[in-house]
Order: sequence, then structure tokens, then C-alpha cells
Amino acid sequence: MAHDEVSGAETPASDSSAVETSRTASTSTAVIASDVANPGEPAHRQRVTDTDPQAAKRAQRSVYTLFYLSIAGSVFAVAAYMAFPIENDDVGSVRLNTLFMGIGIALALFGIGLGAVHWAKAIMYDKEGIDIRHPVRGTDETRARAVEIFHEADQESGFGRRTLIRNSLIGALIAFPLPGLVLFRGLAPQSEDPAMLLSHTMWKKGARLTLDPSGIPVKASDVTIGSVFHIIPEGLNEAPDRLEQKAKAAVLLMRLNPDDLNISPGRESWSYDGIVAYSKICTHVGCPVALYEQQTHHLLCPCHQSTFDVVNECQVIFGPAKRPLPQLPIEVDSEGYLVAQSDFNEPVGPSFWERS
Amino acid sequence: MARTSRKANRRHPLATVLLIAIGLVVTGGGYALLSSTTTATADTSATSQETIEEGQKLFAANCATCHGMSLEGTADGPSLIGVGAAAVNFQVGTGRMPMAMQGPQAMQKPPQFTDEQTAALAAYVASISPGPAIPDPSLLQGDGDATNGGELFRINCAMCHNVHGAGGALTEGKFAPELTGVAATHIYEAMLTGPQNMPVFNDDNLTPEDKRDIITYLKYLENNPSPGGVELGSLGPVAEGLFAWIFGLGAIIGLMVWLTAKSN
Amino acid sequence: MTTIERSDAPAEVAAPAPAPAKSGGFTAAAANYIDERTSISGVVKEFGRKIFPDHWSFMLGEVALYSFVIIILSGTFLTFFFQASMAEVTYNGSWAPLKGMEMSAAMDSALKISFDIRGGLLVRQIHHWAALLFIAAIGIHMLRVYFTGAFRKPRELNWVIGFTLFVLAMAEGFTGYSLPDDLLSGNGLRIIDGLIKGIPFVGTWISFLLFGGEFPGTAIIGRLYTLHILLLPALVVAFIALHLVFVVVHKHTQFAGGGRTQKNVIGYPILPVYAAKAGGFFFLVFGVVALMAAFFTINPIWNYGPYDPSPVSAGTQPDWYIGFADGALRLIPPGWEFVWLDHTWSFNIIVPVLALLVLLGLVAVYPFIEGWVTGDKREHHILDRPRNAPTRTGIGAAGVTFYAGLWAAASSDIIATHFQLSLESVTHAIQAWVILGPFLAYFVAKRVCIGLMKKDREIVLHGYESGRIVRLPGGEYIEVHEQVDDYERWKLVDYEVYEPLMLRPNSQGKITGSARLRVRLSKWFFEDRIAPASRTELEAGHGHGAAAHDEIEGPGHH
Repeated sequence: MAHDEVSGAETPASDSSAVETSRTASTSTAVIASDVANPGEPAHRQRVTDTDPQAAKRAQRSVYTLFYLSIAGSVFAVAAYMAFPIENDDVGSVRLNTLFMGIGIALALFGIGLGAVHWAKAIMYDKEGIDIRHPVRGTDETRARAVEIFHEADQESGFGRRTLIRNSLIGALIAFPLPGLVLFRGLAPQSEDPAMLLSHTMWKKGARLTLDPSGIPVKASDVTIGSVFHIIPEGLNEAPDRLEQKAKAAVLLMRLNPDDLNISPGRESWSYDGIVAYSKICTHVGCPVALYEQQTHHLLCPCHQSTFDVVNECQVIFGPAKRPLPQLPIEVDSEGYLVAQSDFNEPVGPSFWERS
Repeated sequence: MARTSRKANRRHPLATVLLIAIGLVVTGGGYALLSSTTTATADTSATSQETIEEGQKLFAANCATCHGMSLEGTADGPSLIGVGAAAVNFQVGTGRMPMAMQGPQAMQKPPQFTDEQTAALAAYVASISPGPAIPDPSLLQGDGDATNGGELFRINCAMCHNVHGAGGALTEGKFAPELTGVAATHIYEAMLTGPQNMPVFNDDNLTPEDKRDIITYLKYLENNPSPGGVELGSLGPVAEGLFAWIFGLGAIIGLMVWLTAKSN
Repeated sequence: MTTIERSDAPAEVAAPAPAPAKSGGFTAAAANYIDERTSISGVVKEFGRKIFPDHWSFMLGEVALYSFVIIILSGTFLTFFFQASMAEVTYNGSWAPLKGMEMSAAMDSALKISFDIRGGLLVRQIHHWAALLFIAAIGIHMLRVYFTGAFRKPRELNWVIGFTLFVLAMAEGFTGYSLPDDLLSGNGLRIIDGLIKGIPFVGTWISFLLFGGEFPGTAIIGRLYTLHILLLPALVVAFIALHLVFVVVHKHTQFAGGGRTQKNVIGYPILPVYAAKAGGFFFLVFGVVALMAAFFTINPIWNYGPYDPSPVSAGTQPDWYIGFADGALRLIPPGWEFVWLDHTWSFNIIVPVLALLVLLGLVAVYPFIEGWVTGDKREHHILDRPRNAPTRTGIGAAGVTFYAGLWAAASSDIIATHFQLSLESVTHAIQAWVILGPFLAYFVAKRVCIGLMKKDREIVLHGYESGRIVRLPGGEYIEVHEQVDDYERWKLVDYEVYEPLMLRPNSQGKITGSARLRVRLSKWFFEDRIAPASRTELEAGHGHGAAAHDEIEGPGHH
């Protein structure tokens, strides 16, 4: 068994030219390698196709058959393109077009692939070759010349000597990308403050709760116990920034038995006879929390499984969210329609830095 | 219809009046249909006294242990007062009731009663106190507006049942079942009655036409398999990822092993 | 070939006459024409007979490369039809349940590609399946490189380049996944938006800048498109080129075997065998992708519908390669968010993001860590069998287990429904797995490796059990042990183990903190080790080193 310092003499199986001195004498690692001799390359084994001319012929036949099959596949794919056109309003024709073109193309590809590999494996001369490795580092001579070139360049330019020139250049190079960075401020509108926008939604006093997506207003009497209504604010469908507003204003409306609700002080007037409205946007990362279980009164987010308890003002009972879903204070107008008392009393949706 | 008007309005904001008008018409239509279904309830409740009596016997023998002799409910099962024929037809018709055992939710299984017996049970329960009736077959033909149905399905149903109706997980071991292959009647009744933890979608929330459209959409998906080929359970990226790893990469690794193996 | 070499002569360069056409017609003339203008013959001379070793696992990187070529080909076709615009249009194509829906031009054009252009759906599915394979192949290629120690000197920088490609590929995948502006990918972007907003100090503004205002805005698809088809592919191509240059410079590694040393590489020459095999393999990979695309639906955007912030689908998941990030978000228990100093600290986002960055960072720098611990400055061209580096293999197994836990967490809902478990218990189980699993995996993998090394040593010294039972004249039954041949034995002994460092003062006579750390790590890495059998042991074991002799050993020798 050979014990050798990595930083010292070579080990039997390693390349001596690649051995370098370790940084400090205290931290070199000893390597243990076997001193059993390398038996050299095993004898070349003949293939059936090398010894049996019949087999070689068969192999050749398979190879060109595969290539011909490939041509057939390509032709088939082109024929399929024409034979299985896509008819308007007929998705079944899409299926046929996709399937048969795909089969043709796959056949064309497999024909070439299998043929080429079979050719390489069975017919081409298969004796392995040897390449000699050289250390990746340049030879000492090359390295010396490289150092010399740098040195000459330094001398000729005065890069190392003329420090004022050099440092001012470095400063200029650091400064020059800054205008480019500033340009990217233009990615978002100049005059808007994101924290302000995120803190307000379309809901305002008197805004009717309407059905998503039709915009039909909802009466309190429509909402029976056990129901869930997906709600958008009145006028959302006409808003120029409909999707941005919807991403904040979407609401779930549910009616529970009023006795089941645990209402905290200050929120007594936010619901109407067991009808409660909560933001549908998860306080974790913003998916729509829409899976309502009418018996357990759980609201589940399908993205990260945050679970909110509707009877306890949508407190989190499971999952990564922390904050309860914001509640929309609602009341009933003179015609019996459900309306908002105000906007949400806190920003809806995912947390953000400026939120407090 | 309302949907189309919304699109129009988004480009022509002046037509708000039209939207409201159409909204009112649709709401009115909804009411009209609601009253027509109520009439249907009246019709069904007029089923022969004989049927109701047979239903009563079946109920006493199979359901009363949990739901009480007069539908008032017990510790083991909820009250059935006001659930209507639709709920009975759904629960019994899909084999969920009678339950095999208490669990997170009643499981679907082969129905225990014949169609006649189910109808009798439904008639009996509806006769004690009226509730949602078995839907009119005209709403179950799958001949509505699939676009409207698709949009409503995505907004009201897909979060639990998956956009393709493949089902999904709920809390504490419950799940929303797969909708493929479920009879149109049962889909309608489930929306109407909100079985177990499913919320109720009454006719003010989803009008009978809306429900018909949703059924139309689901039946369209059933009748038009994916143009892309095998759907891998319609489970989305998880199924696709597993398939790419196991079969895609698996096949390629098989080819690699063949390619580098020494030829005979 | 001969013609090309002849044209190398300086005298020929000046000659106005065309190439000597003596030895062949058009091909020779064309070769000469090109060489006189490109000196291509030098390239052929240099690389034509370059040797590439043959092992199935060496093809994994090629799968990634070929998938990328397929992606470029199919993606180019798609760009001719795709509209990266969020302008609202009314869909009027073939998929009945979307007719009359308002949607972005991006979604509309993606549907047109799928249903109204012949072969469009096929190409879309080829593109997406190839993308999934691309990143999977990179991942498994990285695992191969890791577990065989191919990242050691001189290949550390190429490991970092490859790692960069892995990250770029994930970015390519995610940007592409989002382009159709369907409900699934829209919710994915929604999650990204929420994730970015949770970053302290700058999150709100980054989100605002990325989306060009409030989420979802009308800018994001166009911006992702620029990234997806311009910036990221350019970077991927550049890094692939760099990666391959280094493969050529370093020459490929090889497994131990008869005749193979650190100074040579044994295999097939590029021309002709390797060109045929590798070239053919491209078509095979493409064929598999084409078959998948012909038979299996991927990303049926027509089911998801256009993006709308209100609906969501059960089973909303990212494509598999982003799963580990999504899973990390899912695993955080409730309550990890605080208001402090009038600002919101979303640790339910900061912690998983940091965990992922640390995981990726460790992957990126692992070669340097191991290089520092061993202090080994030699070049390594003979690969380790995973068992012969038990600690490294154990660390890798721990990493894979951790990643797999995050990955599984991203499908917790689907696991719950398919195995009839509760969502909560699946999440709790995976939380435990992510914390305990890596330790268990490390321990088990390391022990298994050491066990296998012991077995190898047994085989080298005493041969393997042949399964042949022989009855001795005395009535005793023994199993015949057969010696392995020289080549097999060489494969089993051609490896190195390190001895742990001893703590010694440095040249200033001091023991530094980093030296202590290094010694401790070295001990952790190399304390448990099985040295390869030496010649003396071999001779003591069975009297001679020659193979091919059946040797009968007494039961006591086992």
C-alpha cells in the first residue's frame, strides 16, 4: 500500500505533472491508493458481424432498411399533413392531424437514429482508440511568455505606474452603466406609488355586490344559508383596468347561521344576518382562496393550502398564510341589494414591505 | 347573454344602460324559471300517495336510524327537513347514502336502491317538507351555451373540482370528486342542494340556464377528448412532470444503454 | 482527406488554379474550396479522431443539449404565430367552449396555434415536452457528475457553468410556461408577484417594475417573451458553447478500467463511430419527444381558459422544475409573518426563498468545498464510483432527499387525493421528511457505500461466491469462490481514499480557525474509509495475483 502526500511525490495512479504543492505544510492530505498494476487494455473482442459475413450482411440490410423506413416516415408525415387537414370548429380533426403527423415524424426520426446507431455499433470498425491527456495548464514556457506579455503591456501603457489614469478609468467604467440602470425605472409608471395602489380597491360606500362575471347585483334574500357567491364590485366590468381591479376586489360572499359566527368587537355591523363578505385574495401570495366548505366553514387556498376559518373571521388555521382574509363591511340598501359600507379596512392580498 | 353584453360594454362604455337592462332581463328570467321549477315541485309532490308510502317504508328501514323517524336528524345524521327531492335523488342515486361508515365524507359507491325506490324515497322526503325538486330534463340535455358554462365553471367550481373536472383535495381528508361520467341530473342536483361540504348554488346565484350551461360544458369535455392526445388524468403539471421523468427520460435512458452497450 | 492535406502546403495557396482534381471529383474540389478559405482541415485534423469514452451515463448531457436543439427548432416555428400581447381580443377559433370569450391576444394566438394551424398543436407539445426533458436531463446529468466526482480539478469551473445553465433553463421554462396567459400560468405569475412582494425593502417596487404597474397589468407577457426568446436563449447558447469548449479542453473523464489511466482517454473516435452514435442519438431523443407529443397532451390551455384573477383550478402547480420552490412555500407553518419597525416581515416567504438560495448556492460551490477539504491539487480524470466516496455520496443523497421533499410538497394535494390521506397530514409528514430525511439519507447512503466497499475488497482478496457447492472428500460442503480476472479486479482497486488531516501549526506556528474547521471537515469526510487492496494483501490473500484459477477456500476465510 502506498502512502503519499498529495503535495509531495506522485501516487502510482496519478499524473505527476498535475501535482502541485499544497498551500501550507500543515494541511496536506495523505492519499492511499492501491499499488496493484494496471493490467492494460483487455484484448479486442470480435463481434458476430466481424466473423460472420452473413451477420454482417444482415446488419447492413437492417441499417438501410431503417433509413428507407425513415424516408417512408417523412413521406407519411407530409401525406398526413394533407390527408388530415384541420377543419374549422372540428377539434377531432386536430387530434388526427397531431397524431398522424406526429407518428410520421417520429418514424422518420427513429429510422435515422436507430439506423445510424446500429451502423456504428455493428458495422463500423470498433477498435477503441487512445488519446493522451496533457495537463490543462499551459507549459511553463507558455506561461512565462504570457506573464512577459502582460508585463510588456504594462510597461508600454503605464497601466500600473500611472495610477491616476488607471483609477479614473476604473471610476468611469463603474459610472457608465448607471444611466442604463436608471432607464429601467421606466418599466413602471413614473407617477404612481405602489404602496398606495395596493392599499385601495374599487369598493366604496354604497357599491353593490354583483355576481362574477355577469355583474348582476345580489339581494340579501338571494343568499341562502350554505351558499357561496363569487362577487365583484358594481361597475368592475366597465373599468378600464378591469383585471388589476379584479385582482384586488374579488370577494366571496357566504351565508352562515348567524349564531355560528364569532364576531369581534367593532365588527358587529360588518355582516348582515349571517351574510359575510371576505376578500378572495390569499394573504399569503395572492391566489384566489375560493374552496368553501359549507359545513366545516373552512376556506382553502388551492395553491399553498392556507386554510381560513370563516366562523372566526377567517383566521388562519393551517398553511403558510399569517393574516386573516380582510373582511368587507356590507349592508343592505333600500331596495334590498347588498352593498359595501366602505372599502376594505386594510390592504388585501399578499403582504408587502410598506404594509404595516 | 349577460357575458356577451359585458364584452360589448368593455369596448363601448356608453352601453351601461344596456347591460343593466339585460341584467334585469336575465334576473327576471331567473325568477321566472325559479317559479317554474317551484311549479315542478308542486307537480312532483302530486305523485301518487302509493309512491310516498313506499318511500316512507324504505326511509324508516334504511335512513331513519341516522336522520330520525320524522327527518328531524340525530347525532349521526343531519335533519332532512327542506332538503327536497333533489338532495335525496343525488345522495341515494350516487350511492353516497346510505353511508357505509362514518368518515370525512360520504363516498360514492354503487347505488343501493333501484331508480323506482330512489324516486319513492325522494317523493317521501319531499312530501314531508318541500325543497328543491329533481330538475327538469330540458335543462340536462347539454345543449346550452358551453362558453358561458365554461366561464361559470371556472369561477364557481374549478377551484375544488379542477378545470377539467378531475377533482381535488379539500381540508382534513375531504375531497371534491371527479365530475367526468357523473350524470347530468346529479350534477344539477349537487349544485342546487350543496351535498355535504359543497356550497349551495341556488337559482339566484346560478340560474337554471347557468346550471344547464355548466352541464353543457362538462358534457362537451366528456364528448371531446383532448385534441392533444392522452390526458394523463387531466391533473396538470404534476402528472406531466412524472410522465416526462418516468417515461420520457426512462425511454431515453434505455436507448442510451443500448447505444453504449458493446455489440455482439 | 488526402486532397485536403495536400492543399495545406503553402505553395498551393498561391496557385490560382483550382484544387488538384486528380484524386476525386466534386467532394474533393468542394473540400479544397472551403479549406482554402477557412483552413477547416486543421479543425478536422484536431478533432476528427478525438476520442470519446463510451458509457451510457456520459450521454445525459447530450440529452440536455439535444432537447435544447429541439426546443430551438420548435420554438422558432411557434414564434411565427404567437402574439406576445395582452391586448384583449374575442376568441373565434375552433374550441367551442371558449368561443366569444374575451382573452389576451397571447392566449388567442396560443389557441390558434393549437387548433387552427396544421401541426401547430404537435409543435407546441413537442416544445413543451422537450422543455420538461431539457431540465430533467440537466438535473440528472448534474447528479451523474456529482456522484462520480467529475467536478474535481480541472473541471470545477465547468461545473459552475453547468450549474448556471441549470438556473437559466429553469428561467427559460418558467417564462415560457407563463406566455400563453392562461389561467394556470396566470396564477403562477400571481404567486411570483406575491413572492416578490414579500421581499423586504425592495419587493413591492420589484413587482411594480416587473409588471409595469399593478398586477397583472398589460406588460408582463411582452416582457417575459423578450426574456424567453431573446435574452435567455442567447445566454443559454453562450454558456453551452463555453461548457463544450471546456469538455474539449479537458477531454472527457472515464471510469476506471484496464489500460485507462489519468493520462489517457480510451474510447471511440469522433469520426466515424462517435459521430454516428451521437448524431443518431439526436434523432432518437427527437423521436421520443415526437412520440410523446403525438400521443400525450401537455398543458391543455383550452381547459384552463384565459387568465382572470378570480378563478383558480384545484391542483394549481408549476411545471416540475419549479415544484421545489412551490413546495418550499407550502411547507411553512402558519404565523411566520411579523410587523416590526412599521414594516411587514414575511418570513413565510423570506425563509423558503433563503433556503432555496442556500441549497442552490451549496450546489454551485460544492467542488470548491471538497477541493479545500482534501487539499488535493491534482487533476482527476478517472471517475469515482459513488461508493468509493461515501461521504460525498451521503451528502448527495441528503441533498436529493431534501429536494425530493420540497418537490413532493408541491403536489401535496394530489398525493392527498390519490392516496386518500388528509392534506394536513401529508404536509406534516413532508415537513418531517424535509428536516429528518436528509440526515437519514446521509447515514444510510454512507453506510451502504462503506458496505459495498467492504464487499468489493472481499471480492478482490477472496473472489466472489460462485454459487457452486462442492462436497469435500471429508463430507464437508463448501461453496467455491472464484477469482475475478485482472480487468475486473483493476476496476475494483483503482480508486483512492484520503486520510483525514492532522491539525498542525502553520508556518507562523499558529493554528488558525479555518485550519481547525478544515481538519474537522476532513475528519468528517474521510474518517470512515476502506482502503483499496494492495499487492501484498492480494498475495497474502490467495498466494498469487493471477486470475482465472478456480480456488477452493475453506469456510473460515469468508
